[in-house]
Amino acid sequence: MGAKWRAAIIGPGNIGTDLMYKALRSEWIEPVWMVGIDPTSEGLERARAHGLKTSAEGVDGLVPHVEADGIQIAFDATSAYVHAENSRKLVALGVRMIDLTPAAIGPYCIPPVNLRDHVGSNEMNVNMVSCGAQATVPMVAAVSRVQPVEYAEIVATVASKSIGPGTRNNIDEFTRSTSAAVAKVGGAKRGKAIIVINPADPPIMMRDTIHCLTETDPDVDAITASVHAMVREVQKYVPGYKLKNGPVFDGRRVTTFMEVTGLGDYLPAYAGNLDIMTSAALRTAEMFAGDLHV
Amino acid sequence: MDLRGKKVTLHDMSLRDGMHAKRHQITLDQMVRVACALDEAKMPLIEITHGDGLGGASINYGFGLHTDREYLEAVIPKLQHSKVSALSLPGIGTVDELKMAVDCGVSTIRIATHCTEADISVQHIGIARKLGVDTVGFLMMAHMIEPEALVRQAKIMEGNGANCIYATDSAGYMLPADVTARIGALRDALAPETELGFHGHHNLGMGIANSLAAIEAGANRIDGSVAGLGAGAGNTPMEVFVAVLDRMGVDHGTDLYKVMDVAEDLVVPMMDHLVRIDRDALTLGYAGVYSSFLLFAKRYEQKYGVPARDILVELGRRKTVGGQEDMIEDVALDLARERGLSV
Repeated sequence: MGAKWRAAIIGPGNIGTDLMYKALRSEWIEPVWMVGIDPTSEGLERARAHGLKTSAEGVDGLVPHVEADGIQIAFDATSAYVHAENSRKLVALGVRMIDLTPAAIGPYCIPPVNLRDHVGSNEMNVNMVSCGAQATVPMVAAVSRVQPVEYAEIVATVASKSIGPGTRNNIDEFTRSTSAAVAKVGGAKRGKAIIVINPADPPIMMRDTIHCLTETDPDVDAITASVHAMVREVQKYVPGYKLKNGPVFDGRRVTTFMEVTGLGDYLPAYAGNLDIMTSAALRTAEMFAGDLHV
Repeated sequence: MDLRGKKVTLHDMSLRDGMHAKRHQITLDQMVRVACALDEAKMPLIEITHGDGLGGASINYGFGLHTDREYLEAVIPKLQHSKVSALSLPGIGTVDELKMAVDCGVSTIRIATHCTEADISVQHIGIARKLGVDTVGFLMMAHMIEPEALVRQAKIMEGNGANCIYATDSAGYMLPADVTARIGALRDALAPETELGFHGHHNLGMGIANSLAAIEAGANRIDGSVAGLGAGAGNTPMEVFVAVLDRMGVDHGTDLYKVMDVAEDLVVPMMDHLVRIDRDALTLGYAGVYSSFLLFAKRYEQKYGVPARDILVELGRRKTVGGQEDMIEDVALDLARERGLSV
C-alpha cells in the first residue's frame, strides 16, 4: 500500500460532511481541504474541528494550495451550475474529479459495474449520477450480464426529510439521468426511472424496486445467483444495502426489492440514499488511489 | 345547504382515472366515443392521460394500450365544446411530456404531488405557466395532513404560478367535515382569484356529499367520472352529481340526460369489472390507502394467496403514498412468508 491520496471536498453541506467522516476512516484517501462559500458555515467549522484546512472562497480559494498540499483528487458536492467551472480549474492542475452533482461532464460511474473501466482509461472526471442510480443500476447489470434486457425500470422511494431543495427544484434531472444510467451502465436497451417521496414519520428507509424485462425467458438460477453476487459487491462499500424480496420471476419480468440503510455517519440511517452516494464516491476515489483488490 | 346560483366547472375523470379501472387498456375508439359524447353533453373539461399521468406507462403502473400522445391526438381535434386536461406527477413524468401534451392541444395541466411535497412541482408548474395554459396544483392524499399544513403546501404551488389548487381525496377517506375544513382553510388563505377544486373517490360512498361540502366551502371545480369509472370504488359518479346539482339549482352547464346516457350506454358496457364499493375498495376508504392500489392488491392476492384486504391494510400501516405501487408485491411477499405460504 502506497501513501494515501490527498483529497479536497468542495461543498460543506450534508453530502460533503458525510463524505468527510467516511474519508477520515479511509485507508486510501486523506481529506485535507474542505471548500465552501460561506465563512460562517457549520460545515466548514466541523471540517476545521477534524483537522481539515478550509476556504470560504470557493474553488478559487483552493487552487493556490493544490500543488503545495499535493491534492490529487477532489469531490464536488456543490451543484450542477458550478461544477463545470470547478472541474475545469482543478483538472487543469491534474486533480481528478469525483462529481456528485447532476452536471455529468464525465462518464457515469457505478462502482461495481464500470469503475474498473474508468480506472483503466484513467478518466479525470467521473459522475456519480444519482442515489437512485447507485442503488439500482447494479441490479440491472446483474440481470443484463446473464442475458439481454429489453427494458429496465426502477422506482426509488426516499424519505421526504432526506431530499433537499436541489433535487426538489429540479426533479426531472433525477428521472432523466437515472433512466440514462439504467440503460447506458445497467445494460438495458431502454431505461426508465421513477422517484417517489414519502413523508412518513419516523422516516422510511430508502426503498428501490428494479424491474427488468428480459428479451427471452429468464434463466432463473443464473439470474438469482448473479443478483446475490452483485448484492455482496455493493455491500462491500454500502453495508446497509439489502435484498428485501426477490428476485421475483413473472413471465419475462424479473423484479428485485432493495432497502438501503445508511451508516449514520453524519446523516441519519434513513438517509440511505445520501449514504449510498457518498459511499460510492469514496469507493471510486479509493479505486483510483490504487485499492483495486478490495 | 343552499348552493343556489353557485357556478361550478365539472371535470370528467372517466378517461384518465378510469384508466386505472381499465388497467390502462381503453381503446382509441372507446376513448373517442366517450369523449365526443361528453362533448355533446357540454362537459367543460375532460382529462386524458395514462391513469398515473403523462409518462405513467411503466411496468410499475401498467403500460397503456396506446401512448398519451396517441390518445390526445385522436380525441382533441374532434371536440367542439369540451377542453382537455392532462395530469402530470413530477417524479414519474417530465416536462418533456408536459410540453408534448400542450402541443397536442391540452389547455389545462394538472401537476400532482403528495400533499406534503408541493415543492417538487416547481419546475413543472413553472413550465405550464410559461406555456400559458390553465395551471392546476393537485395535492393528493390530502386527508393525511391537517388543513393548516395543506394551506402551506398550496401556497407553494400558488406562489409558483398555479391558478387553481385541488384538495384531492385519493384514498376516498374523507368525510364531509374533513372536506369543509380543508377547502375552507384554503379559501381563507389563498388569493380570491385562485380557484379551488375537489377530487373525490367513492370508497366510503361519500363522493357526492363531499363534493357538495367542497362547493359550500368555496370550491368551484369538481371532479367526477361518468358511471364512476375510476380507481378504487371509482370517482364521484358524474351523472348522479349532475342530477343533484340540478335539484339544488347549481349552475353547471351540462346536459343531465346526455351525461346519464354516456354512463349507461358507453361507459358501463366498457367496464371489465363492476366499479363498486366491494370489500377491498371499502378497505381503501376505511384505511386511507391510495385508490389505484386496488387492482394490484387483487392481483397479488391471486398470486400469493394473501387477501387483498390484508395487503391494503398493511400498505396503510406502512404509510405508503401514491406512486408506491411497487410496494404492493413487496408487502404481499412479506405477508405470505409470515403466514408460511410458499413464495
